[in-house]
Amino acid sequence: MLKQIEGSRGVAEAVALCRPKVVCAYPITPQTHIVEALGEMVRTGELPDCEFINVESEFAAMSVAIGSSAGGVRSYTATSSQGLLFMTEAVYNASGMGLPIVMTLGTRAIGAPINIWNDHSDAMALRDAGWVMLFAETNQEAVDLHIQAFRIAESLGTPVMVCVDGFILTHAYEQLDIPEETLVTKFVGPFQPAYELDPEHPVTAGALVGPEAFAEVRYLAHHKQLQALKRIPALAEEFLQQFGRDSGGYFHAYNLEGASTVVVGMGSVVGTVLDVADELRKNGHSIGVMAITCYRPFPFDTVREALKRAERIIVIDRSITAGMGGPLAADIRLALENRLLPVHTIIAGLGGRPITKASLKKIFERAPLGELPEITFLDLNWDMVKNELGAEVA
Amino acid sequence: MIEPKIQEQSSVDGVQTRVKFYQTGTFTAGNRLLDKELRTVQSSQERSNAITCGHRACQGCGEALGARYALDAAIRAANGNIIAVNATGCLEVFSTPYPETSWQVPWLHSLFGNATAVASGVAAALRRQGKDHIRVVAQGGDGGTTDIGFGALSGMFERNDDVLYLCYDNQGYMNTGVQRSSATPPTARTATTPAVGKAPGNPFGIGKDVPRIAMAHNIPYVATASVANLHDLEEKVTKAMSIHGARYIHIFVPCPLGWAHATRDTIRVARLAVESGVWPLFEAEHGEVIHSSPIRRQIPVEEYLMTQGRFAHLFKPKRDEERLSALQAIANKNIERYHLIHEEANA
Ligand SMILES: Cc1ncc(C[n+]2csc(CCOP(=O)(O)OP(=O)(O)O)c2C)c(N)n1
Ligand code: SF4
Ligand SMILES: [Mg+2]
Repeated sequence: MLKQIEGSRGVAEAVALCRPKVVCAYPITPQTHIVEALGEMVRTGELPDCEFINVESEFAAMSVAIGSSAGGVRSYTATSSQGLLFMTEAVYNASGMGLPIVMTLGTRAIGAPINIWNDHSDAMALRDAGWVMLFAETNQEAVDLHIQAFRIAESLGTPVMVCVDGFILTHAYEQLDIPEETLVTKFVGPFQPAYELDPEHPVTAGALVGPEAFAEVRYLAHHKQLQALKRIPALAEEFLQQFGRDSGGYFHAYNLEGASTVVVGMGSVVGTVLDVADELRKNGHSIGVMAITCYRPFPFDTVREALKRAERIIVIDRSITAGMGGPLAADIRLALENRLLPVHTIIAGLGGRPITKASLKKIFERAPLGELPEITFLDLNWDMVKNELGAEVA
Repeated sequence: MIEPKIQEQSSVDGVQTRVKFYQTGTFTAGNRLLDKELRTVQSSQERSNAITCGHRACQGCGEALGARYALDAAIRAANGNIIAVNATGCLEVFSTPYPETSWQVPWLHSLFGNATAVASGVAAALRRQGKDHIRVVAQGGDGGTTDIGFGALSGMFERNDDVLYLCYDNQGYMNTGVQRSSATPPTARTATTPAVGKAPGNPFGIGKDVPRIAMAHNIPYVATASVANLHDLEEKVTKAMSIHGARYIHIFVPCPLGWAHATRDTIRVARLAVESGVWPLFEAEHGEVIHSSPIRRQIPVEEYLMTQGRFAHLFKPKRDEERLSALQAIANKNIERYHLIHEEANA
């Protein structure tokens, strides 16, 4: 059904259609609207047979989800930024224990300095936590990815994080198609617990594992992620069949065929990138766009194949690994293996700095001229930087 | 409570006197002096058994003993329908060296500081599945409870989640090598409060009293217990299991390794703590103390302290009178606060 609603509301409705039995959360901007909506749906009965648990911290939110998922019911939480870092220990624990928890991350910068606006620093900080990580390009995709996330999580016994750009998506009102309940119920299916805590057949979960078996446990976790890599496009295909929409999968390719310049990005920035690329193509530029949806596990082989004719790549990174560069660009370089072609990193939109069409256009135009440095901080205020650094850069 | 067995005995001059066999009143497992029906359930071969033998606890570990008695009582109270959630710590480490496990109940360990929150989640899941007959018990050491898990503990209390939390208090971070926790008593030597300098050991005036903080949450049931009196522990667990909502039992469990006492003395040390007033035994409902166990024979605190190497610096090279009397004052305060001395008991 088409609805003119906020992105957060769309996510909440999609989650509600998946019928979680436990939703637990701690408030942090810009995640709040999602869990507020779910809390209300639990109260009104729109989300029946579910408990909304107000906890005292994000660490507890993830821990309650660990308990309820291990206890045998579909469990969901959402957070952002400092909240994700605050629950870090439990985030790793959830994947180590193979629990199919689904979490929305309303992506946001990390302090200090404290900043509530959007970038991908939070998601990137936990990219090695063993979770499947999906990035929504639009609010419609955010809706659809949540429905797929529960399937991915439960069919493999792995937690899934759906990353939705804070404010830009979570707080944007637009027309969204909220799928029919019967279709969602059919697609998601009944909850498949990772294991059962049954007094009749007691199991010990979370035992102490020493050097004799730890590597094997970690290998199995890697193996599971590789399985997820197979499952994710298959589920996107199934979703397309049942819901008639191309959402999810590894990435969305826009005019990659024959493009000499390829721009790679994740999340809502892709919308702006596409507008710029369309304009440039009209003016004769050979430019395509790759919007990565499946960030963990990373689809190296398919990305490599899709980029094989590219002559130069521009990666828009929404965070910075200080002293190294852009984390997404690093993965793209890895995917290219031995191909020596320029990979330009654009560090853009940190802490909610707008990424404008005009600025992107300049960058995209300079790339084919060989004028683009390896790393560019988009729209950096050099006066401010020089002021701070003083003589060092003068 | 089983009464001490009283027998008529004739003394040398032929006058009949009543003699209390305190040994029979101490409820030692399988005590052969007791009639069969009065013997503790732990002496029966049919007893429930939460933790089987073969685990890696030190000899004389109070925590292993306390956990077994507490969980067995919980199992009996719930007809076997128990799920245990454990915090990181000695109990977790010594009971589950993969691929072995001592646990005969479904058992879940996640992290050091989140056992209570995980337990809340398990309880919610059971409720949503209509499995109300299965009860959740969470447990951890004093560090996992009073320090790193304190926020989660308070959150579970405040929400009044249907979880019984058992804190095994050995007054320090034993699993990592005997460091100080907020449950470490003043003057005790730990690896991070060494017995050196002007005021050796843990300072006075710090630390927290978590049973009383638990009471301040107005939860339905709070109790202290000790391995000194295992039947009292069993009864408190049984009572807690008859109640729904957040419940808390703080159990005194000596640690021979960390406290430097003889492994055979675990129960004796625990008893001396009770008898000196160092460890008051009481129950509280909805924030009010409703019962405390009177001290049978009050002993000076130093009799308790002397049993343990962690207090040795109070006596050697010379007696530290000032700090000994400060410790006695703490015990006196407990005696006063919980009315531990009844006139008739000491008459
Ligand atoms: C977040 C975190 N910090 C520190 C540790 C290290 N650690 C593991 S067990 C433990 C001590 C446990 O003490 P306590 O809870 O009192 O239990 P005990 O071992 O004394 O029974 C510590 C400090 C950890 N596992 N996780
Ligand atoms: S160190 Fe103490 S608590 Fe730990 S197993 Fe040994 S006796 Fe028990
Ligand atoms: Mg301890």
